[in-house]
Amino acid sequence: MDLNYSREELAFRDEVRGWLAANLPQDLRDKVATYAELSREDLLRWHRILARQGWVAPAWPKEWGGTGWNVVQRYIFEEECGYAGTPPLIPFGLAMCGPVLLRFGSEAQKKRFLPRIYNGEDFWCQGYSEPGSGSDLASLKTRAVRGGGHYLVNGQKTWTTLGHYADWIFCLVRTDPTMEKKQEGISFLLIDMKSPGITVRPLILMDGGHEVNEVFFDDVKVPVENLVHEEGKGWTVAKYLLGHERMNTGRIGASKRELAKLKEFAARQPGDDGRPLVEDTRFRDRLSRLEVELIALEITNLRFLDQMRRTGQPPGADVSMLKIRGTEIQQSLTELMMQAIGPHAQPFRPIGSDAEFDTFAAGVAPRYCNFRKTTIYAGSNEIQRNIISKMTLGL
Amino acid sequence: MNFDYNEEQQLLAESVRRFLAKEYDFEKRRKVVASAEGWSAEVWAQLAEMGVTGIPFSTEYGGFGGSAVDLMGVMEAFGDALLVEPYLPTVGLAGQLVARGGTEAQKKAVLPRLVEGKLRLAFAHSEKGARYNPAHVQTKAIRTGSGWQLSGEKCVVLGAPIADSLVVSARTERGVSLFLLDRSAPGVAVSPFLTLDEMRAGEVRLAAAKAGPEALLGAEGEALALIEEATDFATALVCSEAVGAMKFACDTTLEYLKTRKQFGVPIGTFQALQHRMVDMVISYEQAKSMACLAGSKADSAADARDRARSISAAKIKIADACRHISQEAIQLHGGMGMSEELKVSHTFRRLTMIAQQFGDADHHLARFARLD
Repeated sequence: MDLNYSREELAFRDEVRGWLAANLPQDLRDKVATYAELSREDLLRWHRILARQGWVAPAWPKEWGGTGWNVVQRYIFEEECGYAGTPPLIPFGLAMCGPVLLRFGSEAQKKRFLPRIYNGEDFWCQGYSEPGSGSDLASLKTRAVRGGGHYLVNGQKTWTTLGHYADWIFCLVRTDPTMEKKQEGISFLLIDMKSPGITVRPLILMDGGHEVNEVFFDDVKVPVENLVHEEGKGWTVAKYLLGHERMNTGRIGASKRELAKLKEFAARQPGDDGRPLVEDTRFRDRLSRLEVELIALEITNLRFLDQMRRTGQPPGADVSMLKIRGTEIQQSLTELMMQAIGPHAQPFRPIGSDAEFDTFAAGVAPRYCNFRKTTIYAGSNEIQRNIISKMTLGL
Repeated sequence: MNFDYNEEQQLLAESVRRFLAKEYDFEKRRKVVASAEGWSAEVWAQLAEMGVTGIPFSTEYGGFGGSAVDLMGVMEAFGDALLVEPYLPTVGLAGQLVARGGTEAQKKAVLPRLVEGKLRLAFAHSEKGARYNPAHVQTKAIRTGSGWQLSGEKCVVLGAPIADSLVVSARTERGVSLFLLDRSAPGVAVSPFLTLDEMRAGEVRLAAAKAGPEALLGAEGEALALIEEATDFATALVCSEAVGAMKFACDTTLEYLKTRKQFGVPIGTFQALQHRMVDMVISYEQAKSMACLAGSKADSAADARDRARSISAAKIKIADACRHISQEAIQLHGGMGMSEELKVSHTFRRLTMIAQQFGDADHHLARFARLD
């Protein structure tokens, strides 16, 4: 047993760290550090910088641009990005549609879409959830009827993250409503967001931000060559993809960065007695507990990775634990930061001039609001518990 | 980076596990606990035979020169079986003080016999009012013409009634020091009791107990760092012991959920119980990770601060997990979990005590923050 990285792993980490220090543009770094909103252009800019370096899709096969890194190297890369505070890589193309095409796509589909995903030419979004289908995804109703060389799609998707930026959407649609099991008769379609009949309507969240949307389909024509895998086998694709979606939800690097920021902030912020807040026992205990949680999560994550590397087994239900604990920690960090900032958490938006307005402080409480999503998205933490219960415990 | 036990560690843990499964099942353990001595000399001799008492001691004294990591699998097996023999006080605590602080003569006198299973030790340190503060020592040691004279009271000394020798902390004019005493020396009196987790411990009264000049263990007045080092080592061991006990609690509870029927179905089909069971398993996995951290850091005397902070981080999580898993195990067993007939209620008692042994979560939170 040796909890330290090997010399090779440390060298790899230093290489990534050094490259990030030299290549992450300062304005993007600042935006992430101050919780500012990232534009479509910001996100794509960082994507393309990584693509030029050849690091944008490490897990893909080498022939499509993958790096050939093992699971530990991939983990180190992700954690270093998180710790450096890079803009996120939007997963819908790279980590979702890409792997689906690699696994189920035709050669023509791979050739058509993968290079554009890799190079950040197409911005993708995900068409899964519907107003009546959340955790019970298989109950989805959006209908696709085949006729001639195309499907005619009608229905509605919701919670579509960054749909307002997207060029393409991958969708689960119902092609056969007569099947007895709701998991059957579902198909996986790739749809051009510029198709006539698509309407995107913003859903403003409680933090005031626009990141999710409703997407309406009204007689949208989708060429049959945009069907992935067989018609009616969309659920197989969806299950495969859900496994991928849960891969990187531990977000340990980013949480470490937030913890360091919180400690530094609490050392400057006065407590009730005028001494630094970080010396207040009650606050300090919360902070320490959170740090210990993060240490435990990091070691657990490494332990699972080590297991994966040795056995060659893909991540099973264990990943659900990382999602549960990782998101709980992310939420606690935003909560404690908001608590640390005290009364200054209340200002939200300036009216008139913002010369006197502390925009950083005003971003802290909205971030707390926004992060409530983490225990709900990508399979709510209750769904994750169901998965562990069934897959690991056999209940 | 790797989290594997090496082949030797696996083999050792496996042989201990097999031995305990055969010779220390719940019924046999019950008899040991009920016996007059409260421990089994045969089991102890067997453990020594298997080399378990010698692992963390130098080969010079018949040991194997092993580390805390080498003991993790063994401690897990002890936690699973709820071993009541005085392994922790002898090997984990007092033996470490001798090995780390003793003179060549002291080590020669103690360690080979300890390794052979012929000598049991206890560490008489804690005092009334000390709580978990290692520096709170009011027992006095005065230099006399013929050596030392110790006076004071030590409380909750694990293994004291069944120890041959005691390592005693006492304050001299130079500060906290350690002494190696015969338990049967004049002036040493032990009031024995059974602990909640069914081990033997006692209050130790030192009434002008006399010891020779050779009894001083380590440098006079400089024992605190050594005490912290040995306590951290023992804490790491107890973390792994907890992991073994928690694993049993989780496994037996899961089994119960699958077999116990109410309303015509196994109670494990109820989501309210499934999610609680899942949370137990998550707690267990986190605790196991922290036991790995504790084991890996326990021997690093070079960076005492990093060692202490890591051990405290581990003990915080382990303490929380001990409480969480033991309480849930009983709750999910329903009334059955309350019964003394079920092993899980004894596991509950051990986990309850481990949560506070060598400092509860609050103690270690304060230490963890202080060392930041």
